[in-house]
Amino acid sequence: MAEATQTSPPDSGSPPPEKGSSGDNGWRKEYWRRNLRLMVVLLTIWFVVSFVCGILLIEPLNEIVIFGFPLGLWFAQQGSIYTFVILILVYAKLMDRLDDEYGVSERDEEGRRV
Amino acid sequence: MSSIQLWTSIAVGGSFLVYVIIAWRSRVKETSGFYVADRGIPTVANGAAVAADWMSAASFISMAGLIAFLGSDGSIYLMGWTGGYVLLALLLAPYLRKWGKYTVPEFVGDRYSEGVRIVAAVAAIIVSFTYVAGQMRGGGIVFSRFLELSVSGGVWVAAGVIFLYAVLGGMKGITWTQVAQYTVLIIAYLIPAFAVAQKLTGIPIPQISFGQILAELDALSVEMGLKAYTEAFASRPQIDVFLVTMSLMIGTAGLPHVIIRFYTTKSVRGARYSAFWALLFIALLYTTAPAVGAFTKFNMLSEVQGKAVDALPSWVANWQATQLVSIRPDATVINTVSNNPASGADLILNNDILVLASPEIAGLPAPIVGLVAAGGLAAAMSTAAGLLLVISSSFSHDLFFRLVKRDASDRQRLLAGRVAMAIAVLISVYAGINPPAYVAQVVAFAFGLAASTFFPIIVLGIFWKRTTAAGAAAGMITGLVFTLFYMIWTLGLFGVARHDHIFDISPEGIGTIGAIVNFIVTIVVSKLSRPPADRIVEMVESIRYPAERAAAK
Repeated sequence: MAEATQTSPPDSGSPPPEKGSSGDNGWRKEYWRRNLRLMVVLLTIWFVVSFVCGILLIEPLNEIVIFGFPLGLWFAQQGSIYTFVILILVYAKLMDRLDDEYGVSERDEEGRRV
Repeated sequence: MSSIQLWTSIAVGGSFLVYVIIAWRSRVKETSGFYVADRGIPTVANGAAVAADWMSAASFISMAGLIAFLGSDGSIYLMGWTGGYVLLALLLAPYLRKWGKYTVPEFVGDRYSEGVRIVAAVAAIIVSFTYVAGQMRGGGIVFSRFLELSVSGGVWVAAGVIFLYAVLGGMKGITWTQVAQYTVLIIAYLIPAFAVAQKLTGIPIPQISFGQILAELDALSVEMGLKAYTEAFASRPQIDVFLVTMSLMIGTAGLPHVIIRFYTTKSVRGARYSAFWALLFIALLYTTAPAVGAFTKFNMLSEVQGKAVDALPSWVANWQATQLVSIRPDATVINTVSNNPASGADLILNNDILVLASPEIAGLPAPIVGLVAAGGLAAAMSTAAGLLLVISSSFSHDLFFRLVKRDASDRQRLLAGRVAMAIAVLISVYAGINPPAYVAQVVAFAFGLAASTFFPIIVLGIFWKRTTAAGAAAGMITGLVFTLFYMIWTLGLFGVARHDHIFDISPEGIGTIGAIVNFIVTIVVSKLSRPPADRIVEMVESIRYPAERAAAK
């Protein structure tokens, strides 16, 4: 993969990168933890819009009618799908940022994204 | 019908010509082109290809009608077949792309063991074959309805075109053809939908405007002996809606023909964005489908309600010939409608007619009808081709060259891939002409099995370094046996008597429970067995980071 000479990340929290793999496990753990945290947040939203709003609470939400749509039905047949699309986009964007911060984004020889 | 036939021939013939030209231009000479398109597919194109691969003849032709009659509970398909992409994007795609091999069983083999790989390859082949039979059949039906070819003649024509681009171009040919097929199918789906929405509500965007007719549709449906569209849990209990939705989601994320599409992107980042584009393209059709269902059902019901049998609109007679519409012989006035032939209603409508006849019902011109036929074929063929590639690669790459001939040259591997593809096409033609007895159940099988076998062990393999080969094998086999047993038990297949659902769980929903069983067994057995080798732990560590860290300055 792209072994790039990349502009040093303007990150405050991560320790200075060391060459070699033994002594630099701190940033690896931190990167992974932040990835997991982002994942958990996004999957919680995924669960809430579909399973909670569209199934578990569909009947009480259906009492609210907006623009002709009972709200529970709208979540189940429209809202949850829009949210899924947005969740993946947010994930991809935030991971770009995280990769850059920790210097693990894929770059070609000139340092452009691949 | 002759002008419709003419336009259908033009639309179908024109789209086939495009596919053949693409096939010739993207023919490949190397194995990596054949299996993963040289990992050079741009993100947006890959997204469109995934979308076409994903949306089958069933999504295109049947789903809107199914939702129209299921009403609120039709959400199981809408959420189930889109929500899985969130799981794919967050849990699987980037890591499997970083791993960077050709097939799903190959990851399983590297992470666990060769034995687990063989189980996975066999499972991938079974899952894909069950799926592909329905696609070939769908293609054949479109041919026979619009062009008056026989179903088997239609299957042969569709298979011939698929054969050409799949054998010549492998994944590369398939991917670029799928981009064209997505374009055809989405245009064919959206134009009639926008026209109907405009006609009924004055707002051309169906996603926004179908709310306007829901109250009227509910009233009309109840008057004609159907369930209200907006009533939740009218056809399935709540617990089952929950489990089926979950099962379809994790099944989606576990289906080999979907997962391998993320191997073809240029980078890990590309895999993430591909998932986004794929779901965006899929969402275009999936958010339109309930609107098409509601609008067309509303149109149909209001046009026939209270009409004498000899005063019905012309589409009734046109589609009676295809047996998708039938009138009870002794009916004189249409007061009740159903999609169930056994219901005894005055007018019986097949689910499929809602999409196929919607241009006609909305009074749209013949070219649009032709476009819908081409769209249905594009949906069927794109999905079939993607599945055939999984069958070919699992067979030649995971089984043949592992078990029989390990020291093959690249040229031999490419040839074997092509031969396996050709054989798979022939078998699927046979399956399309003589479909297995329970096509619908068989598709439910595919999702339930993917959910209860692949998904848990791949996710654990990435996120929990301690997962062992013994754990994965035990989990996969227990999940598989448990799920299969419950399906056979409740569906009454293979000579077993049919039993009642336990705790209201339908066979479509059991995959969720199977997956939970798989997770638990894998974790427990992993804990009890020796930790995996350092080499494997390092491999799992390495796929978590898209690239090596840039050198310090």
